Amino acid sequence: MGPTLPSRVPSALSLAGPGRAASAAELPPARMDVRGLSAWYGQTRALTDVTLPFSANRVTALIGPSGCGKTTLLRTLNRLNDIVPGARVEGDVRLDGTSIHAPGTDVVALRRRVGMVFQKSNPFPRSVFENVAYGLRVNGLRDRREIAERVEESLRAAAIWSEVEGRLHDSALTLSGGQQQRLCIARALAIQPEVLLMDEPASALDPIATQRIEELIHTLKQTYTIVIVTHNMQQAARVSDVTAFLWMGTLIEYGRTEDVFTTPRERLTEDYVTGRFG
Amino acid sequence: MTSARFADRAFHLLGLTVLVLALGMLGALLVDVARDGLGRVSWSFLTGYPSRRASASGLLPALAGSLWLVGLTALMAVPVGVGAAIGLEEYGGRGRLARLAEVNIANLAGVPSVVYGLLGLGVFVQVLRWDRSLLAGAGTLALLILPIVIITSREALRGVPASVREASLALGATKWQTVWHQVLPMALPGLLTGLILAVSRALGETAPLIVIGALSYVPFVPDGPRSPFTALPIQIYTWVSRPREGFRANAAATILVLLAVLLVINGLAIVARDRAARRRSA
Amino acid sequence: MSRLAQRARERVIEGGLAVCAGLSLVTTAGIVAVLTWETVAFFRDVSPLAFFTGRTWTPLFFNQQFGVLPLVAGTLLVAAIALATAVPAGVISALYLSEYAPPRVRRVAKPALEVLAGIPTVVYGYFALLFVTPWLQQWIPGLTGYNALAAGLVLGVMVLPLVSSLSEDALSAVPPGLREAAFALGATRLQAAVGVVLPAAWSGVSAAVILAMSRAIGETMIVAIAAGQQPRLTASPLVPIETMTAYIVQVSLGDVPAGTTAYRTIFAVGTLLFAGTFVLNLCSDWLRRRVPGAVR
Repeated sequence: MGPTLPSRVPSALSLAGPGRAASAAELPPARMDVRGLSAWYGQTRALTDVTLPFSANRVTALIGPSGCGKTTLLRTLNRLNDIVPGARVEGDVRLDGTSIHAPGTDVVALRRRVGMVFQKSNPFPRSVFENVAYGLRVNGLRDRREIAERVEESLRAAAIWSEVEGRLHDSALTLSGGQQQRLCIARALAIQPEVLLMDEPASALDPIATQRIEELIHTLKQTYTIVIVTHNMQQAARVSDVTAFLWMGTLIEYGRTEDVFTTPRERLTEDYVTGRFG
Repeated sequence: MTSARFADRAFHLLGLTVLVLALGMLGALLVDVARDGLGRVSWSFLTGYPSRRASASGLLPALAGSLWLVGLTALMAVPVGVGAAIGLEEYGGRGRLARLAEVNIANLAGVPSVVYGLLGLGVFVQVLRWDRSLLAGAGTLALLILPIVIITSREALRGVPASVREASLALGATKWQTVWHQVLPMALPGLLTGLILAVSRALGETAPLIVIGALSYVPFVPDGPRSPFTALPIQIYTWVSRPREGFRANAAATILVLLAVLLVINGLAIVARDRAARRRSA
Repeated sequence: MSRLAQRARERVIEGGLAVCAGLSLVTTAGIVAVLTWETVAFFRDVSPLAFFTGRTWTPLFFNQQFGVLPLVAGTLLVAAIALATAVPAGVISALYLSEYAPPRVRRVAKPALEVLAGIPTVVYGYFALLFVTPWLQQWIPGLTGYNALAAGLVLGVMVLPLVSSLSEDALSAVPPGLREAAFALGATRLQAAVGVVLPAAWSGVSAAVILAMSRAIGETMIVAIAAGQQPRLTASPLVPIETMTAYIVQVSLGDVPAGTTAYRTIFAVGTLLFAGTFVLNLCSDWLRRRVPGAVR
């Protein structure tokens, strides 16, 4: 099927749990985890047998060259791939120990616990306020005062409140790219998820906006479990506690970020993080 | 100049000529109708009733009938058509059933309007016994324009980017909440355009209404959906078929009224659509 | 609203939408059912052979004859004249708009053609009877007040926008690389258009022509007003004839009692009409799908 992997790559099964990495005892237990996860789009296999925990209140970065399956992995965590025709998964994905693919699982309820921020910011063509309030309204919140409070809370948490305070009812499309992305983060935070998925959240932004997002992530991890996909290795090194390296749909290596970047165990990982390919 | 260049220039001229001729036909038609009918358009004509004497005839029943028809037809066709479009586009998937529905709708769009009249005759008049009423006429027209409504509504829905749906679903909204709160408002301009197209079509239809039994001589204004009726296009046809000269002017005048109504409806729709579009991107 | 109630509501809404979508299938079933029911009853009284091969059509007279060929001939005659007008004009205008016209001209011409397509057919009928026929009579002595020529010409003008816009779609679906290759070899616009682009787009253009034919055959009011009500097996465009569609309207306006054979003739003719246009639409669709990257 694919090219031969270096012979020293251990099978995914031996990477069970966070205990594999050195000094792993410092990592909190997993909030979400995947076991033996494989995914297909029609006939094309996107993920092969991935096993990976996502520690609570930590930032886990998924890195790898484009096409390696990191975005696919992210989207299986909130079952957003359900809406892609022909998409299929096998294996186990668990939130707090319960499989999210169990028959009768309420996908809508799942997505209220596992929120997502997209690569290209996609605010609704409505006011700033309505963007953030939308998630609250569809979840049944009616009290106008409470909605207003939660909106302000979320905008503060996303570090954008001071910039939009005076223009809550202007269209979200009048904000700059970086502001729109932080608005999308506020929108995701408003429904108070437990896990936050971020797909290359700063890839379309300038360095200053990127820095603000990274600082934000650092603050957010105190409250949320964060999984971030990034193709920018410096960003992964700056922002994450734990890093998982994927290549062609397979998990090659996983461990504490400093370890993965300074003393990678696999040759492939070393080649990637030193820029020899990808 | 080489012969090839000459041929090229000649064709350029030919193309322009053909286009001018075709549009000239349109102009000739409008001028002819205006010349024949403009003098006949008056308040007494618009509010009068038909009579044996051409000069005493008016088209109030036909105008009222057309407005009734348009209203009832829209009431029937719009919810069903938009609902079907949403069902097929947002929930339908790519399976064989969805494709069958799509092929079927495309075929229905190409069925001659008289055949819809026969359908209306068989179902609404004979089986349901709605008997040459506005209800039968509106039902027939609603079925006629349903494929147009569905096709144009689907186009409008497709124009909404997938990122909006994904963002909404990722926040834990249900499919219907996503459609109702995000997709439909964004698709509104396109939906309106399609609806107006369909309603304009219904306004101008004659044959299906004749087949289900719309009357030619109606000296009264309809008083409800079960009432017999006539409509502007039928009035035009009736008067065109009468050999006396006076009726020809009546027909032309009615044509002017019909075209004016179409103009107003289309104009309103363009305004409404632009306003909806502007609100989206503000 | 609780999650459970919300799920139930979603289910109900989905059901409603499915019913709406299903209505289109019901419509087709309805058309087929109504036509079949009455046509089968019709063929119990009239032999299909007499219907399809007979050359006299007089169901409304005392001496009833049920040969449908005169109606078919009338329909095809008018359609042929319409196509002879609309196809060359439509294809030429499509080529012009696609390969020659500056944006200014396109911006005016295209909406104007749309208007042409949006005029109610009864208005076209008026135009054909009271303007075109008298005008033609100046040039063609012996042209009767009702004739196929005027109706066909006006019908052609009505379907011209259809031919033009679908052909234009087909032409623009041709990859620009083909045009550029022809230009690079020194071809004029005409040579590139006729030699390279048009052949590449032929299935889209054919689809347009077939669809126009289907529309012309199914058209009612222009022919009901201007072509006449005399079923006649002839190839002459200068005399009154009757088309299938005009016949149906003629009967509907009359006093034929329901349930009689004469009444059922409209359904038999309607079935023929439905079948014919159905086949043509199918062909047109098939042709349109054949072109890779064709616009629907």
